[in-house]
Amino acid sequence: MSKILIIAEHNGVELNNSTAKCVSCAIATGGEIHIAVFSATGNEIAQQASELSGVTEIINIQSADYSHALATTIAPEAALLAADYSHVYGPSSTYGKDLMPRIAALIGVNQVSDIMAVKSSRSFQRPIYAGNAIIDVSVPADQTIVATVRNASWPAAETGGSASMREHTATAERPTHTRFVELASEGGDRPDLQSAKRVISGGRGLGSQENFAIIYALADKLGAGVGASRAAVDAAYVPNDMQVGQTGKIISPDLYIAFGISGAIQHITGIKDAGTIVAINKDSEAPIFEVADIGLVGDLFAIIPEIEAAL
Amino acid sequence: MKILVGIKRVVDFNVRVRVKPDGSGVDTDGAKMSINPFDEIALEEALRLREAGIASEVIVISIGDSSCQQQLRTGLAMGADRAIQVDTDIHLQPLAAARTMLAVIETEQPGLVILGKQAIDDDNNQTGQMLAALWNRPQATFASKVVVAGDTATVTREVDAGLETIEVDLPAVITTDLRLNTPRFVKLPDIMKAKRKPLEVIAFTELAVSNDNNIQIDHYAPPAVREKGIMVDSAAALVTELKSRGLL
Ligand SMILES: Cc1cc2nc3c(=O)[nH]c(=O)nc-3n(C[C@H](O)[C@H](O)[C@H](O)COP(=O)(O)OP(=O)(O)OC[C@H]3O[C@@H](n4cnc5c(N)ncnc54)[C@H](O)[C@@H]3O)c2cc1C
Ligand SMILES: Nc1ncnc2c1ncn2[C@@H]1O[C@H](COP(=O)(O)O)[C@@H](O)[C@H]1O
Repeated sequence: MSKILIIAEHNGVELNNSTAKCVSCAIATGGEIHIAVFSATGNEIAQQASELSGVTEIINIQSADYSHALATTIAPEAALLAADYSHVYGPSSTYGKDLMPRIAALIGVNQVSDIMAVKSSRSFQRPIYAGNAIIDVSVPADQTIVATVRNASWPAAETGGSASMREHTATAERPTHTRFVELASEGGDRPDLQSAKRVISGGRGLGSQENFAIIYALADKLGAGVGASRAAVDAAYVPNDMQVGQTGKIISPDLYIAFGISGAIQHITGIKDAGTIVAINKDSEAPIFEVADIGLVGDLFAIIPEIEAAL
Repeated sequence: MKILVGIKRVVDFNVRVRVKPDGSGVDTDGAKMSINPFDEIALEEALRLREAGIASEVIVISIGDSSCQQQLRTGLAMGADRAIQVDTDIHLQPLAAARTMLAVIETEQPGLVILGKQAIDDDNNQTGQMLAALWNRPQATFASKVVVAGDTATVTREVDAGLETIEVDLPAVITTDLRLNTPRFVKLPDIMKAKRKPLEVIAFTELAVSNDNNIQIDHYAPPAVREKGIMVDSAAALVTELKSRGLL
């Protein structure tokens, strides 16, 4: 039977929702599911992980060296723990993307990136070419499977479980050649893009940082998260953590509304999993209308006040 | 200090690839091929470090068959000093690509290796992290700013929560994100000059790199298509439609 280890993601205080999504992927894979929590003082986080239903054991690994999520300090210990497992899963967030390949290399295997669906315990679906092709891949029986789980493809596992807790002392080296300096987040208190039910995005069509205020105002009225195209980020209308797409965040809200975004393939990749896609663009030929469920041709600066009036 | 830059030959990002009807692969025949966009950014960063007097030599490396010499020549035209092609017909997966780079690193002893964060064909996002692990050196992935001072680099990384800054001892592996820089255009005289720059070919088989533990690709399929949507003619109609679908 499969034995699956999930490497938890958290911010030092709270378990990230991506961990619960890994649990869903692990349940689809089938087998015994354990979660490793690397932290400095993370008993709360380990407690939250233990409540995810389907999980039977939490491995609580604490050390001051884990006060920041550095791949170089976590990977060696995770690779040691992996010896007892057939599968090691992590999220396809920037945290997982940074960490998991380092673990895979230490074990000596390739990684299955971005699992969208599980076909059998050793066979998976994943996207390539910015989602223009979906491939079925399988991992030979003699290899440990190391994989990242594509957040947008999986629901969060339910809570209500009560996994047992095991304290573990790290023995692998924790190199000092990589040091955390700071984290600057500009996020504010709007809903997180990756878990928001509604997301409002703006593109180059907004024209300036100041003009983006109308996007924020509408988002606040609708309780929505705010995203952007790369063009808007490049033009410094908004910070980088708002970028949606192949190289930004892959999101799956119930409702996605794009204002002044043309719909480049790299952007579409990030929104394909949305329940309903709405596009507002003054160019009726814009490619975003090919994927939109509801399209409206017009000037966004005229339309946004009209939407607000109609709400 | 030498900087080694990975350059992968990929289908140009503007080309929309299609899956072959029999599911055996993607149709790339005759498609425009380019340097992976993230690798162009990696090279640009290396060139800037050389121009700032921090690096002494920039070497571009590509693993693939002789056709990737085209991308290496473009890299030389952008300003790299010399190029290495590790010649193989096998489409290596990231672990073997990382092992290959490590073998070259042992000879070249670079102070910094800059790769793209992901190749836009396989979208793996693994090679840099794997190389750093095998080399037992730091990794600074998804870089949007790099400052090298003495034997450390301070790197700002684009992470989900914002911008994280870390400090790494050199040698180290850095992988690039899109906002690190804007690559320069190649000028015609530079293309002529690039023809005279050294391009070394090393047989993959000579490096004694094992290419094992591969993931098998069983089938290719086109992505699911979304059902055709509707157009509305006013903001009011849009709001009504969203309300009727229970979305507002
Ligand atoms: C390797 C790679 C990775 C990439 N990754 C991403 C990614 O992750 N995410 C991403 O978004 N992009 C990504 N890109 C960039 C992508 O190719 C496009 O350049 C980008 O998405 C374009 O952004 P945009 O739609 O805002 O701008 P544009 O393409 O310039 O479109 C602006 C749109 O606004 C409309 N418009 C203008 N004014 C108005 C108005 N007043 N009212 C209504 N409509 C208006 C115009 O008609 C136009 O359609 C990537 C590119 C590369 C090469
Ligand atoms: N065959 C290759 N030749 C040169 N560089 C490569 C090759 N494969 C991967 N790389 C480098 O590794 C990065 C990440 O690739 P990947 O892990 O495949 O997404 C790329 O952007 C390149 O810099």
